[in-house]
Amino acid sequence: MEKTLLKNVGKPDSLTIGAYLAGGGYKAAEDAFKMTPDELIQRIKDSGLRGRGGAGFSTGLKWSFIPKDPTLAKYLCCNADEGEPGTFKDRVIMENDPHLLIEGMIITSYAIGAGAAYIYIRGEFARSAKILEQAILEAYAKGYLGGNIFGSGFSLDMHVHRGFGAYICGEETALLESIEGLRGQPRKKPPFPALSGLYAKPTVINNVETLACVPFIISKGADWFKTIGPEKSPGPKLYCVSGHVNKPGIFELPMGTSLREIIYNHAGGVRHGKKFKAVIPGGVSAPLLIEKDLDTPMDFDSLAQKGTMLGSGGIIVMDETTCMVKTAYIINRFFSHESCGKCTPCREGTTWMTKILRRLESGTGRQGDVELLEDLCGNIFGRTFCPLSDGAVMALRGALKNFREEFVYHVEHKKCMA
Amino acid sequence: MLSANLIEEIKKIQARYHSKKSACMAAMQSVQREKGFLSKDDMTDVARLLEIEPVEVEEVGAFYTMYNVEKPVGRNHVQVCRNLSCSLLGAEHLVRHMEKVLGIKTGQTTKDGKVTLSLVECLGSCGTAPMMQINDDYYENLTEEKVTVILKGLK
Repeated sequence: MEKTLLKNVGKPDSLTIGAYLAGGGYKAAEDAFKMTPDELIQRIKDSGLRGRGGAGFSTGLKWSFIPKDPTLAKYLCCNADEGEPGTFKDRVIMENDPHLLIEGMIITSYAIGAGAAYIYIRGEFARSAKILEQAILEAYAKGYLGGNIFGSGFSLDMHVHRGFGAYICGEETALLESIEGLRGQPRKKPPFPALSGLYAKPTVINNVETLACVPFIISKGADWFKTIGPEKSPGPKLYCVSGHVNKPGIFELPMGTSLREIIYNHAGGVRHGKKFKAVIPGGVSAPLLIEKDLDTPMDFDSLAQKGTMLGSGGIIVMDETTCMVKTAYIINRFFSHESCGKCTPCREGTTWMTKILRRLESGTGRQGDVELLEDLCGNIFGRTFCPLSDGAVMALRGALKNFREEFVYHVEHKKCMA
Repeated sequence: MLSANLIEEIKKIQARYHSKKSACMAAMQSVQREKGFLSKDDMTDVARLLEIEPVEVEEVGAFYTMYNVEKPVGRNHVQVCRNLSCSLLGAEHLVRHMEKVLGIKTGQTTKDGKVTLSLVECLGSCGTAPMMQINDDYYENLTEEKVTVILKGLK
């Protein structure tokens, strides 16, 4: 497939507005301003673009929920908090092609009538933040940001807001709290951000990769976008592959490419001649899959049918030497560390699960621990404001479903069978 | 006490937002960049500038893990990822090696104040695992040999 989202990656000076303009950059924004906001929203709806942050919600539909009242302040927030373990795609866009993101944000802001846009970027991405800040200055200097863009009368300010170490801020309402200068704790929904978001004003929150698709849908058309991948989840997709493979990395492929093709044809297969054991398809919140599932197409609906999810497209491959109890422990420890503490089932539940998994892993597990874990899962899932602990439960349930005997072995033999 | 430069910078940050309180995170980042960590007095000064209560700044400092609240770190803050992709490719092994090279345990700072060694969750660079961050920079595809050279080269 011809590269779209990654077409400028690796080109010299790809960071600069000069190089971006030479490649036809900001032409899509210019064309977008010849359309009405409603026409733009319709175009995105027609393209079938679904949010690349993980939820897979229709982007055009999300934009259409923003009230049309011109007297209301509205906001666009780009979710660049990229924190789902196994995911490293948005950073590649931001550090190689920042103007693609900015152009997508200008078009989106115009479509929803936002006068201010924030890029919420995780604090660790200091380099990406610097690159974006520089690119934003360049865009202001060329008149693509600021007052009266393309003579349309439309004005837009754009800022980078750095997080500072909190996975939960990738959850959209926690992200909004964080921009407001608060602890990043999720809000109760409804009201949804489209009606009451940043500063209680209508707000759209879109992922970096989602926004990066927008200029191409304007310049190449909704029909072009729909020719790539499956009908209900169209478009190019960035898949991140890490773990026990020969060639880890980021691969732009049509949505719906099978796991087998991604792992074996693009990521070079399992390294060191070892046998494949399991794969996490969409970041650590996504339940793992095993050998018999490898022909599953990597798109929202196909993975949901398999009881897992596309999530962020973070694929983590594990070979036959991997201890699934240790894997479950590392994943749960992460969720426990990142729980914001607002909801008791998550705060206490993930802590307790991690404690049990730690003792199983270290060989001091007790009879009944596996059943206790299963019981805890039932008392956590669906009982919290946000899906963080649902992710912890789904990941653990996936491991237990396919590798329960390994957990039991740890209890009975105080060691690993892998 | 915040320097005149910092006060100027924090005022500029406020202009990006609808509310002054929104500037809290970036203001604290600026203070930490200049001073290496956040003292209680500095957080109170930030609160005064933003016309909010000191506790509103302190709770932000306590929530986000990258703020070094009343806890100076070494000139080089070495943060090693311990999450799944890095662990699969030997992060634990690497950390033990680093503890040996530095003569400290994770969570500690060398006596000369040069290096603090910490374990952190996913840094979003799983395709180049195992990896670590030293201050603002990422170091990727690490091996024992590579890490030894990097650590010995720290100023």
